[in-house]
Amino acid sequence: MYKIVAKEKLCPVVDFMKIEAPEVAQKAKAGQFVVVRVDEVGERIPLTLADWDATGGTVTLVAMQVGTTTYKLAALNTGDHILDLIGPLGLPSEIESFGTVICVGGGVGVAPIYPVARALKQARNKVITIMGARSKDLLFWEDRLRSVSDELIVTTDDGSYARKGVVTEPLKEILEKNKQVSRVIAIGPAIMMKFCSLTTKPFGVHTIVSLNSIMVDGTGMCGCCRVSVNDVTKFVCVDGPEFDGHQVDWDIVFNRQRIYCDEERQSLERWKAHKCQHS
Amino acid sequence: MEEKPKPKLDLNRVDMPRQTPKARAKNFNEVALGYTHDMALQEANRCIQCPKRPCVEGCPVNVDIPEFIKALRDKDMPEAVRILKGKNALPGICGRVCPQETQCEEVCTLSKKGAPIAIGRLERYVADWEREHSTELPPSPNQQPSTGKKVAVIGSGPAGLTCAADLAKFGHAVTIFEALHTAGGVLMYGIPEFRMPKAIVQGEVDYVRSLGIEIRLDSVMGKLATVDELLEGKYDALFLGTGAGLPMFLNIPGENLNGVYSANEFLTRVNLMKAYLFPEYDTPIKIGKKVAVIGGGNVAMDAARCALRLGADEVYIIYRRSRVEMPARHEEVENAEEEGIIFKLLTNPKRFIGNDQGWITAVECYEMELGEPDASGRRRPIIKKDSEFTIDVDVAIVALGTTPNPLISSTTKGLETKQNGTVIADEESGKTVKDKVWAGGDIVTGAATVISAMGAGKRAAASIDEYLKRK
Repeated sequence: MYKIVAKEKLCPVVDFMKIEAPEVAQKAKAGQFVVVRVDEVGERIPLTLADWDATGGTVTLVAMQVGTTTYKLAALNTGDHILDLIGPLGLPSEIESFGTVICVGGGVGVAPIYPVARALKQARNKVITIMGARSKDLLFWEDRLRSVSDELIVTTDDGSYARKGVVTEPLKEILEKNKQVSRVIAIGPAIMMKFCSLTTKPFGVHTIVSLNSIMVDGTGMCGCCRVSVNDVTKFVCVDGPEFDGHQVDWDIVFNRQRIYCDEERQSLERWKAHKCQHS
Repeated sequence: MEEKPKPKLDLNRVDMPRQTPKARAKNFNEVALGYTHDMALQEANRCIQCPKRPCVEGCPVNVDIPEFIKALRDKDMPEAVRILKGKNALPGICGRVCPQETQCEEVCTLSKKGAPIAIGRLERYVADWEREHSTELPPSPNQQPSTGKKVAVIGSGPAGLTCAADLAKFGHAVTIFEALHTAGGVLMYGIPEFRMPKAIVQGEVDYVRSLGIEIRLDSVMGKLATVDELLEGKYDALFLGTGAGLPMFLNIPGENLNGVYSANEFLTRVNLMKAYLFPEYDTPIKIGKKVAVIGGGNVAMDAARCALRLGADEVYIIYRRSRVEMPARHEEVENAEEEGIIFKLLTNPKRFIGNDQGWITAVECYEMELGEPDASGRRRPIIKKDSEFTIDVDVAIVALGTTPNPLISSTTKGLETKQNGTVIADEESGKTVKDKVWAGGDIVTGAATVISAMGAGKRAAASIDEYLKRK
């Protein structure tokens, strides 16, 4: 059992959670993820670490409510427990002194890009961060990202806050102006990561994406998370979650995200109906 | 009063009742129902108690088989349990999934007459009796006083549980680290409920805990801590029993299509995550109308029979050699056949065909023929020219086998592995070339049986005990 020691809503559909997991916190590195199972009948889902505190013995998760597990997480409060938290899993981000790097965080991907940007900043890179959301009320952690970036650009799709547009627009402009960018790291919805990769490709800038595939064990056992990278099958859980965005077969990524669409809907509807009856 | 063995040999092996094929193909309840008390006594009475005791030698953990059978027919059940558990911490499991026909029963004196004692069924009967009468339990068998030594066991499958149980009996303090959220390893995630009820696995895991062993779940070693960190910390020795958990794929076109599973994923969803109870349980699984399982081992049979129970109309086993080369237990092949699994032998997939939504619609196959024997001693399958044909399916399950997970070996200095990922260890003692580290089970042999992993765990425990005593 893992205790939730702090919880807040970052926006109506995104929850922040600090969870007691001292051993995981000791070992966690930027780019890694954990697998959580909320209760006895729960599914195992991967969540990329948004932060951790080795001395305080906690890990921070930020989850958007999309399916049964994330709705269950959102329904929990400080003092409640989740049944299982397994990690740290996956390979850590490659952190070196690259020079100038661009970190792109889209939607809930703003949370996991934060520790990556922080580690890159600590490794003496010039960090330019682009964060985007559909609208103002879905934005969070602007201050946090500003604190680890040399430059921060915020976009909203509808223009309700900061720059109107999507993250690939400022990304392209920076690459056109600044020939010194040695690496781009993009974390967010698959469609955003695909278009970031397409944007950077003509500039020949190495682009890393963090894939959030469906997983069961998260340790290389099942192969549910497989993806084709440069025509070789890789497991996101043990070979990733970060890959070269220019080599990822995005069609397979999109297809495999949809495997359980119908079942996920059915499960969530059942959970919501059950929740209504008991509240 | 002791019953004298009948002067005349009784060659009528007592059958074990089973669910009918028609009924069991629709449920996940155990197929084999176990002996009644009378059946167990009748079968036990056939044992001639021969002085040569070949069965004991045939058992990888050397259970005192004639003795427990004698106690059983003397109707001294607690004594039968005590004898059985003296050598085997997991009798309810072994009584179900051991290949007795190639071990104890194969060498039984009555085997020459074609009617070996049904040792596995008797073992199961004794184990189940204990579970149902746990209040009448004798205290844990012969536990020795604490030695103050600490041993870490990585993996809580058959090898790890057996090794840990023996180490605890020797008086050492044992911690088991398990990566998944439930202890039991392949017994929980791999072998289906209808062959290995999970309540029985958990009962035997609880017994191992009752020996004072700590089981730490959700602990992925190699990530949470390395072997060296454990040894630098508080542990005097370490046993690796992490199994062979990495699925092999065919590496043919279309393998990443939606609806193509590894057997590991399919079985883990069904068994560990209880996807057969979806939506009561949250983990989903695709229930195909037509399902192809590729492979001819026990895992392939398990996957096919699960697919059928989930509600598939047609389930195929696609295997590239012929029936005689199938590595699955004869009994499991028979069970699958009775339930209506369709066998496509001498058939090998060429590619998986998908639709524009990225879902599998068919598997294209070659017909095969058998050539000269290969390195494994089995006749090599050869593609028949221009023999391609397709089978329409909406789910395919690849059950080609598994290799050890490199999470430990890749993070441990000084551990030697073979090209296939197995860890090199002494066959008898399980000692690896790394100081203080032993290994056993599938991580050393590659995918094998539950009992051979248990045997390796047992031998390693003895070797570790000897080492700790010398220290």
